[in-house]
Amino acid sequence: MTLAIEVKDLTRRFGDFTAVDAISVDVQVGEVFGFLGANGAGKTTAIKVLIGLLAPTSGSARVAGFDVVTQSEEVRKRIGYMSQRFSLYDDLTPRENITLYGGIYGLSDLDIRARGTAMLSELGLMQVADKLVSTLPLGWKQKLSFSVAMLHRPAVVFLDEPTGGVDPVTRRQFWEMIYAAAARGTTVFVTTHYMDEAEYCDRLSIMVDGRIAAIGTPAALKAEFGVSSIDEVFVRLARPTTAGAG
Amino acid sequence: MRTPERLHALAAFVVKELRHILRDRQTLVILLLLPLAQVVLFGFAIRTDVKDIRLAIVDAAPDDASLALRAHFTGNGRFRVVATAAMIEVIEPLFRRGQADVALVIAPGLARALADGTPAQLQLITDASNPNTGTTIQAYAGAVIGAWQIALPGARQGVVIEPQVRMRFNQSLESVNLFVPGLISLVLTLVTAQMTAISLSREKERGTLEILLVSPLRPWQIILGKVAPYLLLAFANVVTAMVAAWLVFQVPFRGSLALLLAASTLYALVGLALGVLIAARTNSQRTAMMGSMIGTMLPSTLLSGMIFPIASLPWPLQLISNIVPARWFIVIVRGIMLKGAGIVHLWQELLVLAVMLTVLLVVAIKSFRARLA
Amino acid sequence: MVTQASSPVVIEGVRKTFGSTVALDDVTFDVRAGELFGLVGPDGGGKTTLFRILTTLLVPDAGTATVLGRDVVRDLWEIRKRVGYMPGRFSLYPDLSVEENLRFFASVFGTTIEKGYDIIAPIYAQIEPFKHRRAGQLSGGMKQKLALSCALVHRPELLLLDEPTTGVDAVSRREFWDLLHDLQSSGLTIVVSTPYMDEADRCHRVALVQKGRVLAIDVPGAIGARFPRPLYAVHGVPRHATIEALRAFPHAASVHPFGDTLHYSDAREAHHPPQVIAEVTAWLTTRGIAEMTMSRIAPGIEDAFMALMGDEPGAPA
Repeated sequence: MTLAIEVKDLTRRFGDFTAVDAISVDVQVGEVFGFLGANGAGKTTAIKVLIGLLAPTSGSARVAGFDVVTQSEEVRKRIGYMSQRFSLYDDLTPRENITLYGGIYGLSDLDIRARGTAMLSELGLMQVADKLVSTLPLGWKQKLSFSVAMLHRPAVVFLDEPTGGVDPVTRRQFWEMIYAAAARGTTVFVTTHYMDEAEYCDRLSIMVDGRIAAIGTPAALKAEFGVSSIDEVFVRLARPTTAGAG
Repeated sequence: MRTPERLHALAAFVVKELRHILRDRQTLVILLLLPLAQVVLFGFAIRTDVKDIRLAIVDAAPDDASLALRAHFTGNGRFRVVATAAMIEVIEPLFRRGQADVALVIAPGLARALADGTPAQLQLITDASNPNTGTTIQAYAGAVIGAWQIALPGARQGVVIEPQVRMRFNQSLESVNLFVPGLISLVLTLVTAQMTAISLSREKERGTLEILLVSPLRPWQIILGKVAPYLLLAFANVVTAMVAAWLVFQVPFRGSLALLLAASTLYALVGLALGVLIAARTNSQRTAMMGSMIGTMLPSTLLSGMIFPIASLPWPLQLISNIVPARWFIVIVRGIMLKGAGIVHLWQELLVLAVMLTVLLVVAIKSFRARLA
Repeated sequence: MVTQASSPVVIEGVRKTFGSTVALDDVTFDVRAGELFGLVGPDGGGKTTLFRILTTLLVPDAGTATVLGRDVVRDLWEIRKRVGYMPGRFSLYPDLSVEENLRFFASVFGTTIEKGYDIIAPIYAQIEPFKHRRAGQLSGGMKQKLALSCALVHRPELLLLDEPTTGVDAVSRREFWDLLHDLQSSGLTIVVSTPYMDEADRCHRVALVQKGRVLAIDVPGAIGARFPRPLYAVHGVPRHATIEALRAFPHAASVHPFGDTLHYSDAREAHHPPQVIAEVTAWLTTRGIAEMTMSRIAPGIEDAFMALMGDEPGAPA
């Protein structure tokens, strides 16, 4: 089977501080992969290396079949990125956002119009297509920004805490969109602080102090630690000393 | 809260505010060096030396004396005679087309006037669309006339000659001396209105204002705590600007320093109240900055008489200039620094500022309510 | 039964609109003395507006709210002295050190770190080793603890925390809830909001809030029972195909993914659970979902929340 993400002994240092310490991860094509870790464990640094914003100190990483250092242009064409902090321009309409991102990724005007209209009607957003994004409810914005990140049909999509603060129904609709994308062959790489959300992933890894402390399916990890939730797995790994307290 | 606790809370606020100011090194250095840089830059920009002055001469009835005076000008390397006419009307178009810098108008009968000992009529007209070169040209022309006067035969030296100085388009004499008060007002506006607006709207953005509002602190404590450190900074700036002006350009200081600082305090408080008002009405640092730029900096520069004399503004702008605090402050500072004017001469302007401050404070505290929205 | 007079928070018929948006619509509840009370619901539901009314920052359009026996409109200065508030973001000064932030907020409330030390000690002691560090350089969990210390240093009688755990990692969140329990057991009344249903279990009572309305108020364990039908967990591979097949089942009332399983409820109330399981299994099997399991489960808060909000996610006004 081909690998969508292939990370070997990846290390990134900032001065004396080793943010990412020789991690190795493989993610299969079409997999929904959860990338967990405490604040400051090195998640953000690792993702920045994978999407080509930071060069690794040593080791290698390939995304969608291309090396993130030597072929970063190729990588960027094939990935999508959505973060809770920044994804859509609030002062543009959904349609204008779609046109912008389509343009950035070099889609033809025809493609942009066709895919944009299909996306908006699928999301049920046709009637707000020309309203400012800032006026939309949070849940709609998040679904829209995921779709926009998928507009150029990337091989791998990176989601950085995508579902913060939305209602449970919208959150599930969002995950169903993720499953649908994965079923079509897109690889989904997602970070979250919410452990019930981690259970939605096919496989996940937990990062502690720059290293990958555990990796596997949610069921396998729970079995390995003899606990009933990923939350408990996380607590045992991330702060072994405080586990069990309270 | 009892009074000592209130004062303690206020002191804590001021200390915190000073820390913000001291820790933002870049902004602090800019703010401290700003008056110095402005005085030096503006001063030198204004003080461009003039060479090749284009002179137009109006000599209605040439005689020995007027010809001798004209010879003094032609003999001076600095002046170039571009026209000689018998009537002043001929000169007018030259100015309008920018072909002459200065006109020397000699009234008929100069030689007779000198002989009779009656006052001789000499007039210098400068194109004062650039007030600074205008002043310099006036000074050079005056020097030439002076030289001519000294060269007059001994018997006539006692005769008083009054060269009438008239500047076209700008009747008042502007110079670097007159610019310094404008700069002081500009710097004060920047550190008071703009900096308070920015730092208060920063608290809004960070959400810390929400905690302050929920605390027992009253709005006046928050405002006073915000404003006090900037008042200190404003004082430092006034002194820097004056010292720089005196050291670099020998701008005189004739009046009372205490009065000047008191007037500056009044003006700074007006600016601070404006800053609070702007921050209360805006939701981000960015809009607060734009707001204070348009609401305070531009009027203080353009409508205050600092660059364009108020009298030369179109009447609607003249009307608006009345509500620009800088307009009144500049009159006060010029009066104190250059004329040594005291409170007897300036009480009207001071009163205008005091009224402005009262109105602004009431509006600012009202719009900075104890609640959100 | 606690009488209303001694309830630290009493809200009756509170309504608040911003322009044409209704932020709170006839909200009524009370918080009992010494309770850890949770406001649970998604962003934009009205939680922050409610906190701002309780902290006297906003005035309700209609209805009344009393905090510590005082009216939020009339007695704002009295309330402000006695309430501790942590707004939605960790509102700290990033250019001031940990200690300077705490000292400042203490002074603002007319007290000192020393006078409030015993109450903040369990929290502040954890960050005190870094007291000279600038607040802007702290991790999310440390900022959260500092913000809590700042809200507590004046010994408030009521603590109001607006989404204190958002953006903080799971371990820090767990520690934070432990701290809240310690504070509560020392007698403090706490009202805390969260968008995350799994945190509701850490509260004594919760109000589920959605679109300005209170959907339900109860102890967390009892809220699941508000789910109107028997609930089943279905596990099938591949997952996406299982969801689609289950949705196509003619009698499906609700199908929602929950981690690696699906929660299913059946529209036919008269059907016995074994019968439902048999029929659904047969349906999925004929649609190519070979690897599957199904069992009846007890509904949780999130199931109830979704049922109560009417499966109607935040539609635009």
